[in-house]
Amino acid sequence: MSDKPHLSRAHELDLLKHMIRIRRFEDKCAELYTQEKIRGFLHLYDGEEAVAVGVIPILEKADRIVSTYREHGHALVRGVPMKAALAEMYGKQEGCSGGRGGSMHLFDRATNFYGGNAIVAGGLPLAVGLALADHMRAENIVTACFFGDGAVAEGEFHESLNLAALWALPVLFVCENNLYAMGTALALSESETDLHLKAASYRIASEPVDGMDVVAVEAAARRAVRAIRETGKPYFLECRTYRFRAHSMFDAQLYRTKAEGEAWRQKGPIVRFRGWLESNRMIHPEELARIEAEVAAEINEAIAFAEAGTWEPAENLTRFTYAERAA
Amino acid sequence: MGAGGEPHALHICGKGGLTGSTRIMPQDLDRSEPAELSYREAVREAIRDALIRDQRVFLMGEDVGRYGGCYAVSKGLLSEFGAERIRDTPLSESAFTGAGIGAAIAGMRPIVELMTVNFSLLALDQILNTAATIRHMSGNQFDVPLVIRMATGAGRQLAAQHSHSLEGWYAHIPGIKVLAPATIEDARGMLWTALEDPDPVLIFENIMLYNMMGKLAADAGPVEIAKAAVRREGRDISLITYGGSLWKTLEAASLLAAENIEAEVIDLRSLRPLDDATIMASVSKTRRAIIVDEGWRSGSISAEICARIVEQTFWEIDAPLGRVCSEEVPVPYPRHLEQAAIPQAAKIVAAAKVAVGRA
Repeated sequence: MSDKPHLSRAHELDLLKHMIRIRRFEDKCAELYTQEKIRGFLHLYDGEEAVAVGVIPILEKADRIVSTYREHGHALVRGVPMKAALAEMYGKQEGCSGGRGGSMHLFDRATNFYGGNAIVAGGLPLAVGLALADHMRAENIVTACFFGDGAVAEGEFHESLNLAALWALPVLFVCENNLYAMGTALALSESETDLHLKAASYRIASEPVDGMDVVAVEAAARRAVRAIRETGKPYFLECRTYRFRAHSMFDAQLYRTKAEGEAWRQKGPIVRFRGWLESNRMIHPEELARIEAEVAAEINEAIAFAEAGTWEPAENLTRFTYAERAA
Repeated sequence: MGAGGEPHALHICGKGGLTGSTRIMPQDLDRSEPAELSYREAVREAIRDALIRDQRVFLMGEDVGRYGGCYAVSKGLLSEFGAERIRDTPLSESAFTGAGIGAAIAGMRPIVELMTVNFSLLALDQILNTAATIRHMSGNQFDVPLVIRMATGAGRQLAAQHSHSLEGWYAHIPGIKVLAPATIEDARGMLWTALEDPDPVLIFENIMLYNMMGKLAADAGPVEIAKAAVRREGRDISLITYGGSLWKTLEAASLLAAENIEAEVIDLRSLRPLDDATIMASVSKTRRAIIVDEGWRSGSISAEICARIVEQTFWEIDAPLGRVCSEEVPVPYPRHLEQAAIPQAAKIVAAAKVAVGRA
C-alpha cells in the first residue's frame, strides 16, 4: 500500500461525496431534531468530516471500528446504511441497534462497528481488547478507535495507550482534537496541549495531522495503517479539527466567540477540498450537482424508511438483557 | 497440553500468610481417587481445566503470572501456559477489564482477575457501562462471554480498603450474572459454566475460603450456576446466605440443632439471577427466615431477598424476617473490631431464636 493517496478523479469525488453526505445528513438530523423526530442527545460532526473520511475508507472489511457518541460520520463512511442509522435515531426497531441506542449508540456487527460509546474514553479499553483478540490469534486486523480531546484527560486513555504499547496491539488511535471538551477549552484542561506527545510518551508512533484536510488525513492514515500491519504495534493520529456546531442540541456556546467559529468555517474540510478541486478544474459543476442530488435522494429515502419504521413492542423491553440461547 | 502431557504440578498453600505455600507433587487433573484439596486449588484446577479445554481461554490481571496471584490462586500457571495466556497486567483495572470485554466480543474467552472487589471499583465503568449494556443497547448484536473473578470479604485484617463485600452492589446490575462459590465443588465447577455463558459473569471468591480444605470427587467438573442449594435441611427456619458466610451459617445451624431448632440453610450460589423458587420453597416450608449477608445492610442483597419473600410468601410467613449483615462501618483493622463488624455464628443463632420465639 502506498502512503500517498492516489488522487484519481474518482477517488477525489468519492472523498468529497463522503463529506457532503455526512454534512447534509446531519443538517437534516438537526432539522428532524427540532421537529422532535429525533430526541435525546444529538451530537453533530459538522466540521470534522475529513477525519472519518480520511481514515475509514482505507480500512479493510475485517478491520474494526470503535467510536464515540459523535459517530454518525464514522458509521456512514464505514457503510452502516444511512436508513438504518436514521431509523436508529428515530428509535425505530429497524434501526442499526434495533432502536434501543439512539444517536449515541449506533452499532453494526456486519461492518464491525462497535459503537457509539457515550462514556468519554470508555471505548479505548474496548478497542484494546478487540485488538488483543486479533493479536492472540495472529490475525492481521486493525482496530481504529476514535475519540475526542476530552478523552485525553481520562485515566482510561492513559491506561489503554500504555496497554496497547506494552502488548504491541494493532490499534489505530484517532484523536479528533476539536479543541473543546464540551465547553472546556483544551488549554483549560490539559497541561500539554500537543496531544500526540502523550502518545509518544508511551512509545507509540504518533503524529499531528491537519484534520481539516482530508488528503492530509488520508495520507497520515495510510502511513499509520501500513505501520500497524507491518509491526502489529499501535499508532496515534492527532487530527486537529473543529466542531462548527454546538456540542449537542442543548448548548448555547457561551464558551467561544462567533468570530472564532467563523474563522474556522473558512477552512472547513468541504469548502477547502471542493475549492481545491474547483481551482484545479478537477470537478465540474454538474458533478457537484450530481453528488448533491444523489445525497439528497438518499436522505429522502432514509427519512421515508425511518418514518415508516415501527416501534419495538413494549413487551419486548427486557429481551436481550441476556442472551436468549445457550452458549 | 492436556492428557498425555507432562504431569501438572499442583501447589498447596499453607495457612500462614496470603501466599505462603508448600509444594506437593506430582498430582494431575486426571485423578481416579477423590482428592483432599483447598478452595484455592479448586479454583486453580478450574482455571487450568478451562485453559486446557479451550485455546480461547486466557487469564489476565495484576500479578497473576510471575507473582502467582495475590492470593496464590494462579501459582504455577505461567510456567505451564506461558505469558500469552497468563497475562500480567499493569495496575490499570479499567483498561484490562475493558480489554477483557473487547477480547470476549471478538471471540476469545478471557478470565479477568481483579485483585479485590475494592479495586474493581476502578473498572466499574467498563463493567456497568459496557459489559452489562452492550447486548441490550445494540439490539442483541454482541455476546460478551467474559468472566471476571475477584476476592471479596473481610477476615484478614486488611482494613477498610481491602475487606468489603460489594457483590450485592453488582447484583443490582441487569446484564451481568453474579456468582458466589462457597464450596470446593463450586469453586471447581462454576468457572467453566460461566465461561460458556454468552454474557458477562462475575465470580466472587471470599478470601477466608481460600485455605479451606475439602474433598473433591475424582469426576468433579462443571456445575450449573442458576440454582441455589439447600446445604442443610430443616423445618423450623430458613437461613439464607452465600459465600464466606455459608460456613458460619452452617455452624449456627448446628448450634441451633443442639437446642432443638432445625434450621434449613440455603446457599444462594448465584446473586444474580436469584433463585426465587428455592428460596420460596424453603420459606414456605419453615415460615421463618433470616438472611445472612457480609454486605452492609442498607440497600443490600439481603434487603432484596427480604422484599422478595414478602412479595411472594407474605401469607405464609409466621414471624418478622431477620437479617444478619455487616455493621455499617468501613471494616476496621484490629481483629476484634473486624470480627465485630461482620456476621458471626452467635449473631445468626440469636437472630434465629428471635424469629422462632425462643429468644
